[in-house]
Amino acid sequence: MQQLPAIPDALKLKQGSGAPRRFQDNLTIALFLLPAIILFLLFVVYPIFSSIYYSLFNWKGFGPAVDFVGLENFKNILSDKIFLIALRNGLLIIVFSLVIQLPLSLMLAVLVGRDLPGRVFFRSVFFMPYVLSEVITAIMWLFLYNPDPDRGFINALIMVLPGVKAQAWLGNTDLVLMAVFVALTWKYFGFHMLLYMTGLQNIPTEIEEAGRMDGANAFQNFFYITLPLLSSTIRTSVYLSVLGSVQQFILVWIMTKGGPVNASETLATYMYRFGFVRFQLGYGSAVAIYMFLICLTFSLIYQRLTRQPDYLSGL
Amino acid sequence: MRVLHSRRVWNAGKFVPRFLQYFILSLVVVIVFVPVVILVFGALKTRGEFMTRPYALPIPPRWENITGILTKTSYSFWPMLGNSLIVMLIVTLAVVLVCSLAAFVFARMEFRFKGWFFNLFTLGLMFPINVAILPVYFVLRQMHLIDSLWGVIVVQTAFQLSGNIMILRGFFASIPAELQDAAYIDGCTAFDFFWRILLPLARPALSAVAALTMIVSWNDLLVPLVVLNKDTLWTLPLGTMQFQGQYGTDLSLVSAFVALSALPTLVFYLFAERQIVSGLTAGAVKG
Repeated sequence: MQQLPAIPDALKLKQGSGAPRRFQDNLTIALFLLPAIILFLLFVVYPIFSSIYYSLFNWKGFGPAVDFVGLENFKNILSDKIFLIALRNGLLIIVFSLVIQLPLSLMLAVLVGRDLPGRVFFRSVFFMPYVLSEVITAIMWLFLYNPDPDRGFINALIMVLPGVKAQAWLGNTDLVLMAVFVALTWKYFGFHMLLYMTGLQNIPTEIEEAGRMDGANAFQNFFYITLPLLSSTIRTSVYLSVLGSVQQFILVWIMTKGGPVNASETLATYMYRFGFVRFQLGYGSAVAIYMFLICLTFSLIYQRLTRQPDYLSGL
Repeated sequence: MRVLHSRRVWNAGKFVPRFLQYFILSLVVVIVFVPVVILVFGALKTRGEFMTRPYALPIPPRWENITGILTKTSYSFWPMLGNSLIVMLIVTLAVVLVCSLAAFVFARMEFRFKGWFFNLFTLGLMFPINVAILPVYFVLRQMHLIDSLWGVIVVQTAFQLSGNIMILRGFFASIPAELQDAAYIDGCTAFDFFWRILLPLARPALSAVAALTMIVSWNDLLVPLVVLNKDTLWTLPLGTMQFQGQYGTDLSLVSAFVALSALPTLVFYLFAERQIVSGLTAGAVKG
């Protein structure tokens, strides 16, 4: 759970000493919280519990769930090869993101820097794909990846090189995940770059200045001063990137439907397939619970780690 | 006296010459624009032109596809735009209202189990809609909200609560306590303070939350995909996906449809970039 950041006593509402005042305050609290709590309990919390219940049944969604199977669904999922492929793909997307996408975003943020003329233009352009919907992104990249070089721009582009043949990017089990990842990077790098730019902005210039005056060269300055000071931003971006990778759905579903032969299956497409295509709702619920547990575990680990003292906390 | 060292901070300028810096950044600009430009080129060609010279400039531009989509009722572009608009406006209004009420209580009032309630909402951050969609579907079915725009609206609203409550709570907590003291001395109730003083002061934060919610709701495909079967209720992203499925072989027609459905977002981005960016960075730092 998230630690509630302390609010200084001075900011807290002074409770009136009189009973009418207290009653009024309590009424305000109750009425103000009520809409949020009702919506949240009904559509976020209650579904978690109902899916725990249904995950214990073999249920096709018609009539009440009666065929109780205990933990059978959970066991079957773990022994399903396709689930393991989805899990592996999720991990691969996480690794690619951490090794390629985030360093690329950081590099661009540093290149744009704080005072480059045209800084705002670059930020606006790089962030634009993030605002476009996933449907639009997916269809655009579906076109770009068309295996026919007269229709798919990427193939037309690489065939300019001598000896390179057109590829069925989304039809080749070895290439498909990488192809999807490129589209993901196109869409999301701008968001991470934005975070890094904000982080860089918050570093007082005096610190880097001092480093330079003490004789640190640009590389030393970056790796020993800027990077450590960015650590809390980097952690946030890693956290969001991992959670985003685990639940990747629309882009993959539209571009490949998880294929060919499950080569680009993700946990979310796997769940969608069982829940909404095959209507094995009990089994699908169990997949949802696994995904929820993965997100929860990761969040808890993340919060445990971020309780470590961090460089920026003193600033 | 002369300043001996430059005030400029470290920005790679020292060992990457400026032109190389611009070269790399321009390259990325090109990469970002290529998919969009190809789409627009395709949209402005006839089907035949698209087959014969797919990457050439669309000269002269052919507006048949665009006007066809905008005028033919069988493509139902306008009804879908309308549905998206209805959902987006109600969700945004609800999110701003419900979140600012809750955020005010969390930022400015004391009560038992406050931490407990707050943690409940942080749980929402770990249960994103892509994970929750199947369980949420059961609940909507029980409530007979399938095939109803209200089903989409309540789910989108509920899943926007956690993050936006965190953002607004941060803004509300940063407003000076003296204002609150002064208000209470003048006889304000908590509600007066919230409604007459806090909300007007928090307008930048509210517009950031609103802009962000509008984008998320407008772009959402998953919830409409699961909730809406009737094609008269489809929202624009759902319609775009179905259009691609139905007319997929006519690439120039699909390009035109996709380009048209991207247009509102891009126009909105031009005007609300500042709000979207500030909302996102606040959310990432606070969340």
